Amino acid sequence: MNIMNVDYSTKIPNNVNLTEDRQVLKALEGWHPGYLDWWNDMGPDGFQESLVYLRTAISVDPKGWAKFDYVKMPDYRWGVLLAPQDTERKVNFGQHMGEPAWQEVPGEYRAMLRRLVVIQGDTEPASVEQQRHLGKTAPSLYDMRNLFQVNVEEGRHLWAMVYLLQKYFGRDGREEADDLLRRRSGDADAPRMLGAFNEATPDWLSFFMFTFFTDRDGKMQLESLAQSGFDPLSRTCRFMLTEEAHHMFVGETGVGRVLQRTCEAMKAAGIEDPNEIAKVRALGVIDLPTMQKKMNLHYSLSLDLFGSEVSTNAANFYNSGLKGRFQETKIEDDHRLTNDIYQVLKFVDGEIKLVDEPALTALNMRLRDDYTADCARGVERWNKIIEKAGVNFRLELPHTAFHRDIGEFKDINATPKGVIVSDADWARVKGDYLPSADDGDFISSLMQPVSEPGKFANWIAAPKVGIDNKPGDFEYVKIAA
Amino acid sequence: MNAPLKKQHLIDPEICIRCNTCEETCPIDAITHDDNNYVVNAEICNYCMDCISPCPTGAIDNWRVVAKPYSLEDQFSWSDLPAQEEVESSDSGVAVEALEDEIGALLEEARKGLGGKAVAPHSASKPTVNLYNRGKSAKATVTGNFRLTHTDADSDVRHIILDFGDQPFPVLEGQSIGIVAPGVDSEGKPHLVRLYSVASSRDGERPNTNNLALTVKREPQGVCSNYLCDLPRGAKVDVTGPFGATFLHPNDPAANIIMICTGTGSAPFRAFTERRRRAMPDAAGRLLLFFGARRPEELPYFGPLQKVPEKLLGKHFCYSRVPGQPRVYVQDRIRGEAAQIATLLGNANTHVYICGLKGMETGVDEAFADVCRGASTDWAALKAAMRDSGRYHVETY
Repeated sequence: MNIMNVDYSTKIPNNVNLTEDRQVLKALEGWHPGYLDWWNDMGPDGFQESLVYLRTAISVDPKGWAKFDYVKMPDYRWGVLLAPQDTERKVNFGQHMGEPAWQEVPGEYRAMLRRLVVIQGDTEPASVEQQRHLGKTAPSLYDMRNLFQVNVEEGRHLWAMVYLLQKYFGRDGREEADDLLRRRSGDADAPRMLGAFNEATPDWLSFFMFTFFTDRDGKMQLESLAQSGFDPLSRTCRFMLTEEAHHMFVGETGVGRVLQRTCEAMKAAGIEDPNEIAKVRALGVIDLPTMQKKMNLHYSLSLDLFGSEVSTNAANFYNSGLKGRFQETKIEDDHRLTNDIYQVLKFVDGEIKLVDEPALTALNMRLRDDYTADCARGVERWNKIIEKAGVNFRLELPHTAFHRDIGEFKDINATPKGVIVSDADWARVKGDYLPSADDGDFISSLMQPVSEPGKFANWIAAPKVGIDNKPGDFEYVKIAA
Repeated sequence: MNAPLKKQHLIDPEICIRCNTCEETCPIDAITHDDNNYVVNAEICNYCMDCISPCPTGAIDNWRVVAKPYSLEDQFSWSDLPAQEEVESSDSGVAVEALEDEIGALLEEARKGLGGKAVAPHSASKPTVNLYNRGKSAKATVTGNFRLTHTDADSDVRHIILDFGDQPFPVLEGQSIGIVAPGVDSEGKPHLVRLYSVASSRDGERPNTNNLALTVKREPQGVCSNYLCDLPRGAKVDVTGPFGATFLHPNDPAANIIMICTGTGSAPFRAFTERRRRAMPDAAGRLLLFFGARRPEELPYFGPLQKVPEKLLGKHFCYSRVPGQPRVYVQDRIRGEAAQIATLLGNANTHVYICGLKGMETGVDEAFADVCRGASTDWAALKAAMRDSGRYHVETY
C-alpha cells in the first residue's frame, strides 16, 4: 500500500496498514461504536443530518489532504493518519540524542508516554463538548461550517491519540481509550482533565477567543510532541498540526472580523471614543473594551494549561526524549540543557520578578513564553485592523500574573499591567478587567442565528476570502438536507 | 527589450495567520518568515504547488507578474499585498493564467484577438492555476469516450470524460487543461503540450463527481488529438493544469452572456450553460449562443442542445454547408439579431465570449461593429471598455 494514500478498505480509513494489523484493527473497531455514540450524544446539537461542506484528508500528501465536499457529520471519515515516516529520523534532544527514533515504546518510559498521550487526547473531545450548542446561533453558514470543521477534526485528533493508545499501550491503553469517551466537559463526577476544558463556551465570541488562545496551547503542545523521539507520536502530531492550523485560522479571523465590524459601525455612526460603551452597543456590535476583557479571560485561562513554573515532569519528559521544545530542531544549542538556566517569572518577597531556574525544569515556561510571543503577534495583527479602520484603541495581552489559578500567581491579585492589589481592591476593579455577567448577557443578546447564504450577523464582518475559493454566497451548510 | 517577466508567488499578509503550515510543507525550503510575515523566496520557488492546498486561509494562493521579483526584504515589510503593477507586457495582460511558460505562450496566442489585456469578470470565482505541471501531473482515468458528430460527418469530434479519483482537480467553467501525448516526436523530444477547454461545470460532468469532460476534434495529423480520441475506457492520462484566469464564467446571476463559437469552441459554453442550469436556474441574466458548423450532423452536442429550453439558453445555429440552403455564418445571425444584440450590448451586465477558430474573429468583429453602428454606438470604444471591465473575452486558435 502506498503510505501516502489512505486505505478505505477497512471501516477506519488509515495510512498505517491496519488491514495487516488485525489486533489493533479489531480494538479500534470495538471502540468505534462507542465513539459514534459519543459523537451523537455530545457532538454538534441539531445538525447531525445537515450537509456540511467539509474537507476530509484523503492522503497525507500535500495535494491530497484537503478534499472538500458535502458530508453529514456522522458520516465524516474519521481516520488514523500519520505524516510520512522518515527512516533516518533520530532522537533530537535529551539523554538519548542521536539514537535512531523509537518505533516502539521504550519500556522505561511507558507510563510517562501514556500520560502525555492521554492528556493530549482528553482535550480533543472536550472542546467538541464545549462547543456543541453553538451551531444554533451561528452568525452565518460560513461560520457554522468552520465550527463543524473544527469539531470533526477535534474528533479525528481523538482518533489519532486513541490509535496510539490501542496500538502501543496494550490493555492499559484500551482502558484509557474508553475513559476518553467516559469523561465529559464540565461534568461534576467525571470532568475533563484540564481546567480550561471544563469551562463553558457560551457564545461565538468565546468560541473565537477559545480557538485563538486555547487551541493555540494545543498547537504548542502538539509542536513539542511532534519533536518526540517516539516516532509514531511525532508523526501523528505532525499531521494533526496541519489540521490545527485551521483552528487557529477560525479564531484569529473570527475575532478579527468582530473587531472590524465594530470599528466600521463606530466610524459610520461617528463614534470616536471606544469607551462610549453604551453608544457602541446600541449599534448592535461588541465594544472594544469588552473585547479586551474577553481576551484577558481566555488568555489567562490558557496560560494555566502550561502548568507550574518549575516542573520536574517537564524536565523528565525532555531528558527522556519524549517531549521537546517548540521547534526544537531549529534551535541552536546542545539540545540537552544540562547546565543551562532559563529566566522564569515568579512571586518572590511580595514582588513579581524574573528568577534564574535550571532550563530543564523551566521547560513549561519556555513553551509558555513561545506561546505568549505567538499570541502577541496575532494581537498585533488585530491592532492593525483597528488602526486601519481609524479607531484609536489598542488591545494588549494582560500580564502573566493576571487572573491565574495555577502556579506562582494563583494566590495573588494582579492587574493586567502586573500591579499587585489587595483582595478588597481586586473585588472593586475586577469588573474592569474581566467580563461581567452583564457583558455576557449583552453578547448573548447578539447571538441570533443567520442562515441565509452570504449573509452575516450584524456584529461580525464577512471574511475576505471564502473557504476553498468559494464565492461569498456559497451555501456552506445545507441545514435541512 | 525588457527582462523577461516572471510570475511571482506571494503570500497575502493580511489574510495569513502565520501558522507555519506552508513553511513546513515546502519540500525545497522556499518559504521562510520573520516576526512580521511569511514569504516565498522567488529564487527558490519552483511552482510545485504543494503549499497551496494545506493553507488554511487561502493567503498562499497569490501571484503577481513582475519584471523584477520582490525581494524577501520587500515582502517582510508588507502589511498588505502590493497591487499588480502595470508591466511592459504583451497584449495578453497580466493575470496569471498559467505558471508554465509554454502554457502561458499558448494562452497569450489564444487571447490575441482581444487587442488588449485580458481581465476576468468581476463576479468570477477565484481560479486555481497550474496545480499540476509536466513534472508533476495528475493521473486521470478515461471513463467515457463518445463520438459527438454523426457517423457520416467528415469530422470526428468526441466527448471524453476524465475522472481524477482522489486527486483534487478544481476547475472553473472556461478554464483549460493540458495534455501531453506520451512518447517523443521525430527528433526524440517530448511532444508539445495541447490545451483543451473543459466542457463540464465546476462540480463535474455529473454533479458532485470529481471528473470533467473535454470536446476533442480528431485532427488528421494531430498527435495529441488522435491519442485522446483513441483512448479506451479505463486508460490513464497525464493531465496538467488547470489553466486560465480570465476567460471565466461570471457568477453574477444578472450577467447576460453572449457566446459565439464554432466547432469545439463550444466546450466552454457547454460548461457555462450547465453551470447556469445547475446553480442558478432562475437567473435574471440571458444566455445567448451563436454556434457555427458546416451541417447539423457536424455540430457537437446537436442532440443534447435541442433539449435545452429556450428560457435557459437562446440558441442560434448557423450552418454553412447544408445542400440547397444559403451559407449562414455566426456573423450573419448576429446581424440578424441586431436589435436584441444592440440592447444587450447597451447593458452593463452583458458579457461577450468568442471561442473557436481564429478565422471567425474578423467576421464577428465586423458584425458587432455593424450592429453598434445601427444603434449609433462606437464598437471599438465599447469593446475596449467591455474588455477592461472583464466583459469581453476571446479564446481562438
